[in-house]
Amino acid sequence: MAYGETPSQTVGPYFAYGLTAGQYAYDFTDIADTTIAGPDAEGEHIRIIGRVLDGNGDVVNDAMIEIWQADANGTYTENPVDVASSDFRGLGRCGTGTDAQNRFYFDTVKPGVVADGTAPFVNVIVFMRGMLVHAFTRFYFDDEAELNAKDDILQSVPADRRDTLIAKRVETRTGVEYRIDIHMQGDAETVFFDV
Amino acid sequence: MSTFKPRDWGSHAPFIAPGYKSTILRGPTRAPLAIKSGLTEGAGPRFAPASVRKLDFDLTKNGITNGEPLGERIVVHGKVMDTDGRPQPDILVEVWQANAAGRYVHKVDQHDAPLDPNFRGSGRCMTDANGNYVFYTIKPGAYPWGNHFNAWRPNHIHLSLFGPGFATRLVTQMYFPGDPLLELDPIFLGTEDAAARERLISKFSIEKTEEGFALGYQFDIVLRGRNATPMEN
Repeated sequence: MAYGETPSQTVGPYFAYGLTAGQYAYDFTDIADTTIAGPDAEGEHIRIIGRVLDGNGDVVNDAMIEIWQADANGTYTENPVDVASSDFRGLGRCGTGTDAQNRFYFDTVKPGVVADGTAPFVNVIVFMRGMLVHAFTRFYFDDEAELNAKDDILQSVPADRRDTLIAKRVETRTGVEYRIDIHMQGDAETVFFDV
Repeated sequence: MSTFKPRDWGSHAPFIAPGYKSTILRGPTRAPLAIKSGLTEGAGPRFAPASVRKLDFDLTKNGITNGEPLGERIVVHGKVMDTDGRPQPDILVEVWQANAAGRYVHKVDQHDAPLDPNFRGSGRCMTDANGNYVFYTIKPGAYPWGNHFNAWRPNHIHLSLFGPGFATRLVTQMYFPGDPLLELDPIFLGTEDAAARERLISKFSIEKTEEGFALGYQFDIVLRGRNATPMEN
């Protein structure tokens, strides 16, 4: 290894006017926001929503969550030209400081299966004041029990911690929500991955 | 497509670094589970050049309302590369910082220092074909924070990069050479390895300094490299 990695440092408490300006009503553009899939994107439109909780069980109001996911066909859309034509961005970013209950929320489509023998999921990164290094996790879906049971990575997680990765489907007046909380610590501590 | 080498934890802080008090209740307590890097981790968002507007890379101009921002103008140059020294082209670099008085535009910042009506403190740029980036800004001031008695953050600029894949995501802070607050700062010191910490400190560069206009600093950024062998799937 010729060069050492640049160390990670915290996003701190004041990221909003740089990274999530539109969501927090600052006068700056965003490269990603809470819309991962626009209305014209193919697939089942869903909302992913949840809270981030610290070791005291208190809701964190200055976390930033990023999601990177495949489209409804299981394809990662990297090229900005494909993003423009499909209305599917693949990337989402949300701070927990604007929702009345300090939740993160993403409007997206349910991802397809990326490879045989895997279950649908979204990749998640957790950033916040108090984290010098970001943490990677995944959200799976509770109505995919059959595929979840075959997913190597999900099955590599100890059985008693697997539920921390599974979002629960709820039909609401406004559409389908998948709900999941991220627990930084405690009995229900979310499983994080060394990606 | 090849996969990325594992994150070198020796170059990073632990999740819980007790000197930085907020980590105590917010850092995961259990070791992250290793997963084999595959298609998912190798993919990542790309950004069109159009996502960077004309003045986004010039923080001395992108927040102007009625005049020039106060403070010392600086220009920051850097190369984004991987641990094998390969330059990383077309990488989006997002930046944000306090103003010259040590005050953030963020509504939550209550520090009793003036806002500057001509400085917002956020911007972005992209690396060129050789992995080089540049942005203009005002040197940020130090500011107090509540971590411990008489705690002051050293001058710093926040930077956020995706790199070539989601796995290479990096958020970091760039510091300035010779800052006496560095050795007192639990966030800087959270990285336990002294040699790794040095990589967070920019270098003053008279070559990059622009005559009569702005002091120059160099801040190179190193992301995880790729494995030599292609992935299975």
